[in-house]
Amino acid sequence: MEKLLSIIFIYIFVENFVLHRFFGICPFLGVSRKMETAIGMSMAVIFVMTMATLVTWLLHTFVLVPNNLTYLQIVTFILVIASLVQLVEIFLRKISPTLYQGLGIFLPLITTNCAVMAVALLAVRQEFSLLEAVVFAIAASLGFSLALIIMAGIRERLELANMPDVLQGSAVTLITAGILSMAFLGFQGMLTL
Amino acid sequence: MLIIYAIAALGLIGLSFGLFLAIAARVFAVETDPRIEAVKEILPAANCGACGYAGCAKFAEAVVNGDTDPGGCIPGGEDVVNEIADVLGIEVSSTAPPVATVFCVGDIYKAADRFIYDGVEDCTVADQMYGGFKACTYGCLGLGNCARACPFDAIRMGTHGLPLVDNEKCTGCGLCVKECPRNLIQMLPPGIEGHLVLCSSQDRGKAVSKVCEVGCIACKACIKACPQEAIEMDGKLAVIDLEKCNDCGDCVEKCPPGTIHPRSAFPSEKEAKASAASAEKVSESA
Repeated sequence: MEKLLSIIFIYIFVENFVLHRFFGICPFLGVSRKMETAIGMSMAVIFVMTMATLVTWLLHTFVLVPNNLTYLQIVTFILVIASLVQLVEIFLRKISPTLYQGLGIFLPLITTNCAVMAVALLAVRQEFSLLEAVVFAIAASLGFSLALIIMAGIRERLELANMPDVLQGSAVTLITAGILSMAFLGFQGMLTL
Repeated sequence: MLIIYAIAALGLIGLSFGLFLAIAARVFAVETDPRIEAVKEILPAANCGACGYAGCAKFAEAVVNGDTDPGGCIPGGEDVVNEIADVLGIEVSSTAPPVATVFCVGDIYKAADRFIYDGVEDCTVADQMYGGFKACTYGCLGLGNCARACPFDAIRMGTHGLPLVDNEKCTGCGLCVKECPRNLIQMLPPGIEGHLVLCSSQDRGKAVSKVCEVGCIACKACIKACPQEAIEMDGKLAVIDLEKCNDCGDCVEKCPPGTIHPRSAFPSEKEAKASAASAEKVSESA
């Protein structure tokens, strides 16, 4: 239990996937302009990451390891993630067309989102149990969502702020991301596994 | 042996995922109206946005859902409207597109400049530089933003420094209206009936006559002359209501600066040059 709790805390705050490990920077900068899409993207990532880790962990433990096929790890994981993203896309289009259009290109981009791949690979590499792996995935995706939503909140305010022309747009976004990352450095060393 | 295992494992995993996805696609299939696709095929695909929707696809969707009239596609014209009506099985009233009309006749011979502008050939840029180089702050700068914005080659810049609209080519898309930094272009119903006060200046009469020979000086002579009471003042500018105008032309003679023109004969660049030349002769002889 204690390990699960520390996994949650560590991967949301201490080793935040976006702000500490720098995974998934593309959607972090791309979808954080509006709070609505940021939340939608977060939900999609939480779902995909958790499902992907669950499936990849099972595949890895019960198919790849017994057959000595662990070198197929990355290929299989890519397959799993790509299929899952497809599934989410089909599902969202039916359930919430607004969210589907809001996410636009970024939904297919989760396929190539390194954060999802990283979670799946790290879960196996750290030799987590199934429960730990799933909790790890949820925590990592929550960390991603946290970073994304904080960023969206800041950017919505920056949109209204009066600032020099040179800083507008990407420039101020990148500076904000840097400062945010430094702020999260404050959690460093609070907990280790 | 190893490679066979690898291929078999990956193949099986891929196959099962594929099957799963195929089932999911069936279960969660979204039914789209085939008419949307049909209407999209008919539309000009210029994605000009004149209909008020984000591109032709969105417009097609709105038309099929009954949110808007097929006549909303202005560049498509009558043919497109009729074809869409065929697809949807509805009746539409005929809709000829409006035409762009430039409300300024202050050409380079008749309207004075305040300073020599040597910057970018762009009306918006020139307009922002000390309020434009033209002495009249309402008049056409003549740098041709509207002509460049027109995707149908319906506007060209005349040698007299004013845009000339080809009514035949104008599809009424309204891109020039948005482009003009001085809002001189209006979309009017098609046809050549009626007269118009071709000026946009809201300055007082004295100030107008100082900077432009043909600007409306708000003397109200036309209002008194009009038997139809079709002319009203909008601030310091006379405006003719085309619905009431019966094309009698009484106002044209009464207008001291000659701002009013019949829609059938807007001043051409040749006329502008000729009148400028004759005016020069008069002033020389005098």
